[in-house]
Amino acid sequence: MQWLRSIFNELFGLFVDDGSFAIAIVVWLLITWFLSAHILTDSKWTGLVLFGGLAAILVESARRGARR
Amino acid sequence: MVVDWTHAWPTVFAAFLASLVEFVEALTVVLAVGTVRGWRGALIGSGAAIIVLVAIVAALGPALTRIPLDDVQLVVGGLLLLFGMRWLRKAILRSAGAIPMHDEAAAYADQAEALSRTGKNGASWDTVAIATAFKITMLEGLEVVFIVIAVGAGGVGLLVPASLGASFALVLVVLLGIIVHRPLASIPENTLKFVVGILLTAFGTFWVGEGMGVSWSSGDWSIFALTLGFLACSLFAIALCRGRATARPPLANG
Repeated sequence: MQWLRSIFNELFGLFVDDGSFAIAIVVWLLITWFLSAHILTDSKWTGLVLFGGLAAILVESARRGARR
Repeated sequence: MVVDWTHAWPTVFAAFLASLVEFVEALTVVLAVGTVRGWRGALIGSGAAIIVLVAIVAALGPALTRIPLDDVQLVVGGLLLLFGMRWLRKAILRSAGAIPMHDEAAAYADQAEALSRTGKNGASWDTVAIATAFKITMLEGLEVVFIVIAVGAGGVGLLVPASLGASFALVLVVLLGIIVHRPLASIPENTLKFVVGILLTAFGTFWVGEGMGVSWSSGDWSIFALTLGFLACSLFAIALCRGRATARPPLANG
């Protein structure tokens, strides 16, 4: 079972390094999905909101990472 | 399935660069195994892992084509964003001097020392060598399989160009490994990871957007615009982090 756990940990580590960073990305995807389905009628805005949020998450997470 | 090569080149390029990084990391450990423990164990371990990886691709590839494209784009695009943005964040922090650079030569030295500490048991099967080569080829290979699927499964007919890009990278790294017989430490791995992180993040954003029903105004060219956008904000992040970080010595792992 140890090697199975090791493989799972390695696979999980491919996608998640900093937990709060990964959660922020997933939450932003869910928010954009909700906005695109219920509020944003023009899909071009969905693309802009998606990019803007992800870019902001990246910059903020890097800034916090550099401070540690 | 017909491949539209005028739109396929970004996929080939992204898969090539991303796979190159993974194959270079695998080569370092396989070289250490081959040099310290002998080439038989290194080649058996790597060969066995490649057979398992081919079986995974053969099982996953046809299964993916049966899932609706929108669902594939959302799930694969989301995973690609987690994967690509993790790389990009790390590359930004390395460029800013906040975390140590990855050093392939140091990784090789560490691995070689660890392998030489484990004594040989005299059996014809060197289980330590086989297991080490199998594990690294399997892990880095799984990342390549994910990259190929992630950059190739989001669009119709893109799996072939993505596989070609990864195959070019494999051939290049194997040839360089045979010729130089040393870890490829002179390859600017952090710069590669920075570029690949931006490309994968741009692809992930594009696929997720398509999955949500976004009609990107410039079609496939929007990937290029997203790449430029993420490049700009990454350079901004490096400048922002640089003043807050103190440089650290190179790191063997990670």
